[in-house]
Amino acid sequence: MDLFGDLRRMNKRQLYYQVLNFAMIVSSALMIWKGLIVITGSESPIVVVLSGSMEPAFHRGDLLFLTNFHDDPIRAGEIVVFKVEGRDIPIVHRVIKVHEKGNGNIKFLTKGDNNEVDDRGLYKEGQNWLEKKDVVGRARGFLPYVGMVTIIMNDYPKFKDI
Amino acid sequence: ERIILCCVLFSLRKNVEDFTGPRERSDLGFVTFDITADLQSIFDWNVKQLFLYLSAEYSTKNNALNQVVLWDKIMLRGDNPRLSLKDMKSKYFFFDDGNGLKGNRNITLTLSWNVVPNAGILPLVTGSGHVSVPFPDTYETTKSY
Repeated sequence: MDLFGDLRRMNKRQLYYQVLNFAMIVSSALMIWKGLIVITGSESPIVVVLSGSMEPAFHRGDLLFLTNFHDDPIRAGEIVVFKVEGRDIPIVHRVIKVHEKGNGNIKFLTKGDNNEVDDRGLYKEGQNWLEKKDVVGRARGFLPYVGMVTIIMNDYPKFKDI
Repeated sequence: ERIILCCVLFSLRKNVEDFTGPRERSDLGFVTFDITADLQSIFDWNVKQLFLYLSAEYSTKNNALNQVVLWDKIMLRGDNPRLSLKDMKSKYFFFDDGNGLKGNRNITLTLSWNVVPNAGILPLVTGSGHVSVPFPDTYETTKSY
């Protein structure tokens, strides 16, 4: 209500300036995000931990920074973020088995630190191993709690309207 | 940090259907080990926990590189940083992808850890020193373990 009053009082130039300002901010944010995607090699360089399967290291709401360099080999002990074929949700678990052929072909198995069993129950029907193409990235750094906003918006959709 | 890793001879090996997933018959190895370690020096103000794991690395005809995590442990800041484990059995089944354990002279066991900070970088560190273990040339038929 006040906002529209302000807009009407501005002349065309001021309005144009405001719009450009806004567009600059949005473009900068987009450039930084896209830049991060290129630098890290990952389609999703920042992810929020969605489940408690890696506790006590990571809790729901923690933020993870990923890289996905093509030449980085997948090795046991690494924390990888992967997507099961056909599903959208990224899963953050640890690599516990690796079998790599001479030609670079690699297949590996994952398990959440806090889970009793490995992830074969999570993979596609009949799938026993993950491959490089399933990997979104490797967790390189982490910040606690910061991703809580995403979780809250997910669990309480009403918050999105604020 | 000081780590001493010893492996008791051991290991039977069986050629069984990998019941943990793939249905092909693969070699199943059994390893018993001792670990003595003092990890006090790794814990600093920014270390929340250490994820320790013992992994076996080896080569086979089928695969140029194989890594299998045999055992792991979460050590929180405040827990006793000294480990003195004897006669430990592996936590996870040591299935090969194929029959590459039989007669394999060079299985290298190393203790590694993932440092989980309160905030920041997540490094993966491999302890220096490792133990090499040979598997026997024949399969065991007796069921023990």
